[in-house]
Amino acid sequence: MAEMQIKPITMNFGPQHPAAHGVLRLVLEMDGEIIERADPHVGLLHRGTEKLIEHKTYLQALPYFDRLDYVSPMNQEHAWALSIEKALGIDVPRRAQFIRVMYCEIGRILNHILNLTTFAIDVGAMTPLLWGFEEREELMGFYERACGARLHAAYFRPGGVHQDLPDGLLDELGDWVKTFPAFIDDLETLLTNNRIFKQRTVDIGIISKDDALDFGMTGPCLRGSGVAWDLRKTQPYDVYSEMDFDIPVGKTGDCYARYLVRVEEMRQSLRIIEQCIAEMPAGPVLAENNKVTPPSRGEMKNSMEALIHHFKLYTEGFHVPEGEDYTAVEAPKGEFGVYMVSDGSNKPYRCKIRAPGFYFMAAVDHLSRGHMLADSVAIIGSLDIVFGEIDR
Amino acid sequence: MSVDDQMQEGNVAEPSKLAMMADHVRQLLGASVTHCELSKGQIVVRAESDQIAAVVKSLRDDRHAAFNQLSDLTAVDYPERPERFEMVYQFLSMTNNMRLRLLVPVGDGQAVASITDLYSSANWAEREVWDMFGIFFSGHPDLRRLLTDYGFEGHPLRKDFPLTGHVEVRYDDTLRRVVNEPVQLVQEFRDFDFLSPWEGMQVQIDAGDEKSSGKSGE
Repeated sequence: MAEMQIKPITMNFGPQHPAAHGVLRLVLEMDGEIIERADPHVGLLHRGTEKLIEHKTYLQALPYFDRLDYVSPMNQEHAWALSIEKALGIDVPRRAQFIRVMYCEIGRILNHILNLTTFAIDVGAMTPLLWGFEEREELMGFYERACGARLHAAYFRPGGVHQDLPDGLLDELGDWVKTFPAFIDDLETLLTNNRIFKQRTVDIGIISKDDALDFGMTGPCLRGSGVAWDLRKTQPYDVYSEMDFDIPVGKTGDCYARYLVRVEEMRQSLRIIEQCIAEMPAGPVLAENNKVTPPSRGEMKNSMEALIHHFKLYTEGFHVPEGEDYTAVEAPKGEFGVYMVSDGSNKPYRCKIRAPGFYFMAAVDHLSRGHMLADSVAIIGSLDIVFGEIDR
Repeated sequence: MSVDDQMQEGNVAEPSKLAMMADHVRQLLGASVTHCELSKGQIVVRAESDQIAAVVKSLRDDRHAAFNQLSDLTAVDYPERPERFEMVYQFLSMTNNMRLRLLVPVGDGQAVASITDLYSSANWAEREVWDMFGIFFSGHPDLRRLLTDYGFEGHPLRKDFPLTGHVEVRYDDTLRRVVNEPVQLVQEFRDFDFLSPWEGMQVQIDAGDEKSSGKSGE
């Protein structure tokens, strides 16, 4: 019998699909149930953040960073704040550095809870999501008490953080840190040795070390493939160099390895938070440089100069000397970088945001070829995709 | 190689090592680069646009430099320059723990050699640059728009593209579909310039008041 060439079926996945993690449109060319080619159409959440930032002062641009990866807002503010601090050459008080590191790790746990539990629901496990969101709520409570917002924090500022922590927050966070390992254990009982979960994730979406590097992958997705690379260790910023923590590295590079890496990262984040609480120094939380940071409220009532500084900062803003620089932090998803070009005025001339998820999305075609349709859901889930940062 | 060997803790490349690497890169690339310096702990290399593929290939394949990851690829628009755009490539060498930035001037309408065959991560990044700036990449396997809408016109990150855009989208109830219309602003676009009065004032103070240093009125 003569062989017949059958045209592959083109299938549309999303943009409205619960497993698309936002607004992903995936055009799949299918040979039966095997994916021959995946073509992600992104940009449905494109808001022109980079263009908007060019039209805002440095301080006004900061809240846009919350809205990129809205699952771990403070980690991204951190990149922006560090980038400005580097350009201006200002030092951040130690207490502010500790607070920032502590909140970055809270952000990492927030992010990993969301990712692991939604990943689990994608492959059929409902319970982790219900348990995880309770913990997330608790953590967002800590966000709220520090800065007044559960999600869009705008808390990290160039020169420190906006305000000091309220009384008693550290103690309560300390109590929470003690209870959280029980949640991770529970999560692991549900998933780690779960037969269905393993059948859906082990040996699915394998990416080798070299391919992961080639595709620009960073964060847990790169470490899941066995590359020990974490900017918190290799290029430490703030007080990460003083923290004692380990970097989990996977071996197999499949969806299951990425899951395991994230679970262990949550435990390591807890260690960092514990150290921050124990070693939290006293002192100011914002650099005392009124050309960049606002004066205190009380000072403004008594000092004309403070009032002028306040007015100038919130209208004109501060000027950043001419220059360009690339600053990267280890966000929960991977390397989050900001390439800032300043022309000496009060607004950035160009701000390019390097989102980790963007490069994961670009690798989806490579990852899902030859897999079954249902596996594409597991792959997307394991990559930790949030469209706020991919589309920008 | 064990995990510990791969990652030396807190080993941000020291200035002396960086300078050595800059020298090495200068030698390696020779005449194909116009400029090579250190800036804020990163190596900055400038090259002409016809050299991109060669420069990137030697940076990746040289065993000592070993820039094994392309972290980012973007462009900046400088309308007043004769060569309007500047391509920016950010490389990362994990073995040396160093970053290198390659800057390449590109004229309007000029095609740039794609480096997708050298780094797969350049694929989408170049598509984004094409979408946002209209820089064409020759040899790119799939140069389509990435982030903007289907049928979008113009290149939004060019400096002459207005912040409001040219068209707005809404759902038309009578036509029962989404329609594109020219932007109509309910109020005039507000673009405050806080710079001029204060800068002007500083000149006056400096001229009349000897006590104030050049720093006042910042």
